[in-house]
Amino acid sequence: MGITKRAILGLTCAFGMSAALAGSALADAHGGWKPKKPVEFVVMAGKGGGADKAVRLMQAIIAEDKLAPVPITPVNKPGGSGAEALVYMKGKNGDNHTIMFTLNSFYTTPLRQKALGVDITTFTPVMRMAEDTFCLWVNSDRKDINSVDDFVKEAKAAGNKWIMAGTGKNSEDNLLTDFLNTAYGLDMKYVPYKGGGKVAKELAGNNANSTVNNPSEQLGFYEAGKTKPLACFTPERISLFKDAPTFKELGKDFVYFMQRTVVGAPGMNGDAAKYYNELFTKVFNSEKWQTYRKKKALVGPALAGDALMDYWKKERDIHKKMLIDMGAIKG
Amino acid sequence: MMEIISLLAGGFAVAFEPLNLMLVIIGCTLGLFIGAMPGLGSVNGVAILLPLTFLVPPTGAIIFLAAIYYGAMYGGAISSIMLGIPGASTAVATTFDGRPLAKQGMADKALTAAAVASFVGGTISVLLFTFFAPPLAHVALVFGAPEEFALMLLAFATFVGLGGDDIWKTIFSICIGLVLSAVGLDIISGEPRLIFADITGFMHGINFLVLAIGIYGIGEMLWTVEENHKAGGRSMLSEATVTVKRTIANLRELLGAWKAMAMGSFLGYFVGILPAAGATPGSLMAYGIAKQISKEPDKFGEGAIDGVAAPEAANNAASTGSMLPMLTLGIPGSPTTAILLGGMVIWGLEPGPLLFTQHADFVWGLIASLYVANFFAVVINVAFIPVFIAVLKMPFTILAPIIFVLCLIGGYAPTKDLHDVWLMIIFGIVGYLMRKLDYPLAPAVLAIVLGPLAEPALRQSLLIGDGSFNIFFSRPYSASIMTAALVLMFLPVFKLIYDKMKKKPQAAEG
Repeated sequence: MGITKRAILGLTCAFGMSAALAGSALADAHGGWKPKKPVEFVVMAGKGGGADKAVRLMQAIIAEDKLAPVPITPVNKPGGSGAEALVYMKGKNGDNHTIMFTLNSFYTTPLRQKALGVDITTFTPVMRMAEDTFCLWVNSDRKDINSVDDFVKEAKAAGNKWIMAGTGKNSEDNLLTDFLNTAYGLDMKYVPYKGGGKVAKELAGNNANSTVNNPSEQLGFYEAGKTKPLACFTPERISLFKDAPTFKELGKDFVYFMQRTVVGAPGMNGDAAKYYNELFTKVFNSEKWQTYRKKKALVGPALAGDALMDYWKKERDIHKKMLIDMGAIKG
Repeated sequence: MMEIISLLAGGFAVAFEPLNLMLVIIGCTLGLFIGAMPGLGSVNGVAILLPLTFLVPPTGAIIFLAAIYYGAMYGGAISSIMLGIPGASTAVATTFDGRPLAKQGMADKALTAAAVASFVGGTISVLLFTFFAPPLAHVALVFGAPEEFALMLLAFATFVGLGGDDIWKTIFSICIGLVLSAVGLDIISGEPRLIFADITGFMHGINFLVLAIGIYGIGEMLWTVEENHKAGGRSMLSEATVTVKRTIANLRELLGAWKAMAMGSFLGYFVGILPAAGATPGSLMAYGIAKQISKEPDKFGEGAIDGVAAPEAANNAASTGSMLPMLTLGIPGSPTTAILLGGMVIWGLEPGPLLFTQHADFVWGLIASLYVANFFAVVINVAFIPVFIAVLKMPFTILAPIIFVLCLIGGYAPTKDLHDVWLMIIFGIVGYLMRKLDYPLAPAVLAIVLGPLAEPALRQSLLIGDGSFNIFFSRPYSASIMTAALVLMFLPVFKLIYDKMKKKPQAAEG
């Protein structure tokens, strides 16, 4: 074997080894439970979506401020509206090194797919990092639509030719579309796309008539004057869009949030749960996370422990009722 | 025009800052190796290194990651050619002819062609990016589901006849690929499909790399074992050498491939700017079209230089192209740009139509660094060719186990699920048997790449159009692409009829 060949083998090995070494930083010894190996941070959605971006931001905050003795590695499990991630977490029963970032599919997927055998009350509550908000959006080219009244008039006239783009069947967007259809007597057609960014773009490109995007997804187009919010599904007006009323103001008592929550594997050791609680309290209070919340119009205080579990149970019941109402599941 | 040039000059000032220049060089080199490792690819490389980037300012960070992305496009060709395993999904088309060339003892020719074509594709696309970004961003914006489906149909059409003479075997192969691509979550209804009694490993669908590495990595290795056995343990692979004379001859021959390179560059760039398409369909389409326009289409698959040059030019051009929707629309044009988008959030930058005006430094620094990265990537790549050639001189008995391990890692890395590794081995064996029975495999790989892109687009279009196919012909972009696709698809049939009619009079004369 010549020198060059050795060099290549060496390079290949060195590459692998350095990757392995990076993963085995040592835990320091003083006080309480500490993770002993890299922590898997499961994302219930694909790479590049809102949840994924938030996870990578938290990963960066933890690494930059050296909040954890081990690396936090995001793992995407987007399959089956979170079913893949939920089943994976269920299989990690008793594991102290696996956490997950969840959305509202945390409630809806186990409700819709009983066969998964996932009981979310067995999961370990760590911390709710934020609640994302929703607004009703139209393209700015529609000079004739400046309020929900205008919207209802136009959508009613268009009947089922009115296209509402959203992020998948039975998703949060679908629930909100059903709400609007029922509340205003509309017959909008719901067309599912992959991911909120894509949905936002379909509206900006006039391939859809309206959307119910999160503010963060439409922000770029909104700032460029391409799309505009008509009203928001929040209890109070969002400071970024002062002119958009809430549906509450318009007499429709409908408030809807998407949780952005860190959850631990079922049966996680109590000390480990405490560790992650402290870790994510630091992340929550970091300047970067607070800036991110402000910029993305995220609301909702941090929630942990039993309070978070109670919140889950309450939200699950609300979602159960919504799914029954829209005919997605039987009562 | 003048304004663009002055902005670009400002960008070069940013790109030539010592720190940024260093980041470009490190990024290109890292990317080259990341791309060359089967299964690692630019997506995983960028994802792994993302947290490192908060150490430098945002502009430096995106320059570093873009250089990795870029370097990986060059690197992907290396394992495609040398080992027959696509280093990344974007380099699959490169295996079709790169591998046969290597087997004929001409790996140096294939590697040179890949490097030069990548450089050409990269340069043309950055020029297009520099001067035509805003109008093209508009095209990407109005491109809806019907246009996307029309484009995918066009990609399939370019592949008609790719599989060889037996049209039925080609169709069979495409169908297998489509069925495999249907496994997993149905995007429209949200229900899992074909998961075989709730095997959770099928929930995330069948990653394209699992099939590609299975068929081309493991299948190819089994094939080589058999060939080596027949040849008494000798292989032509080790015949490649690098000499000045050979390199000059290689470069001269490459001049003849200019048409394929130019076509690949433009096509790759335009496909790249379309949201969600990315570099993989671009390079596959470029390969198909290169074959269609070639004077010697029979040589494709046997080691045609055009067959290496076209997809390599296209995948680099597409990687530049996919930056456009990322920056201006905030939506990724490829899986790797999805991660870059995540990075922009960490750095506190808001992608969108205003980014070009609000953060001109950032955008133009990135564009200028692409020119610089392109230059360094080709230099580094060419410098490493003798080293890569030396690897091929290793005895097959040593090389084979290394390739096998690389395949397994490559199958495991994207999903971190052992299920996929087993699946890959099964695909490898089935792929080997299919090849023995003379079934073309490329159409299956094409189908598993394009299937998941085409299916939602088709169903969304039909939903919007109330189930009528008229929607594809009532919109200007979609109608023209659709027509082109249909013409291309039936071209072989017309050709067949034409040839027959031409033959008949001759027969009558004789």
